[in-house]
Amino acid sequence: MWQWLYKLGSPRWFYELGERSLPWLWGATVFLLAVGVVWGLAFAPPDYQMGDNYRIIYMHVPSAGLMKGCFYMMAICSAAVLLWKITMADIVAKAIAPIGAMATLLMLASSSLWGIPTWGTWWIWDARLTSSLLQFFIYMGIIVLRSAFDSQDSAARACAVLTLVGVVNIPIIEYSVEWWNTLHQGASSLGMRDASANPPEIWIPAFFTGFGFIGLFFIGLILRSQNEILLRERRTQWVRDIVAKETAGA
Amino acid sequence: MPEFQFDSFAAFLAMGDYAIYVWPVYILFALFFVTTVLPPILGRRKIIRQLKARLDRMESDMAEQGEGN
Repeated sequence: MWQWLYKLGSPRWFYELGERSLPWLWGATVFLLAVGVVWGLAFAPPDYQMGDNYRIIYMHVPSAGLMKGCFYMMAICSAAVLLWKITMADIVAKAIAPIGAMATLLMLASSSLWGIPTWGTWWIWDARLTSSLLQFFIYMGIIVLRSAFDSQDSAARACAVLTLVGVVNIPIIEYSVEWWNTLHQGASSLGMRDASANPPEIWIPAFFTGFGFIGLFFIGLILRSQNEILLRERRTQWVRDIVAKETAGA
Repeated sequence: MPEFQFDSFAAFLAMGDYAIYVWPVYILFALFFVTTVLPPILGRRKIIRQLKARLDRMESDMAEQGEGN
């Protein structure tokens, strides 16, 4: 386990692991998303109250999951940057930020488009929505902060500190529907026995899109990290070999 | 097996009159997909080109130095 973690800290090892996993990830992700989207849009039964409008859920919940998951991963990486100065952790944190920001944007847009017909408004300053909007600004703040530094080390440390401060907001988003009286509903239960719970016909497509989103996240993470590794390790022989190999015949 | 929930393809597109809310979300998802994978793929090509140019420069520098000796 520790040895594996140690290897993951090596940019070259990470790069090569990415190369090996990308084809599988692409296949699995496209499959999961295609099945989930088609099933969710066309084959899942309509909701008894919201009709076909609820089909937005198959995008809304996975993107909300990415909003939170991305930031938790960034926070873990940031801790590694501050405690042990692991370069690879900074590369990964930098790669995740734009993916998390875009996922948050998708989540916010889907909530507005869902809010109009069900709540009668595209926006309301309730705790869940406001804290989610704040999360988007935190993502953007981290991205902008990084570009404000000339030194890579200073940028890494500053972004890590801001990330660890910003992570406070994630549990606030998570529990906002319990702590405050929000218009946004609490989490629905999934089940087969509980009569009030969503039946499997409804939530199985959400599993497909959910894991599809996770796959998409890892594809984006690997692609962006690999680019960053190529740039930072450009003086090493192994990167030169990759460049020579990929431009051969061109 | 799950069944197709709509009477016709037109009814599917109409999404029970919620088409203007449901479809934009899925279009935005498609955009999310593209913005997640396309910029790094294009960025990689650019980086490889830059690094190649850098390697070529270094090689020509070394060749010039070799001639000078």
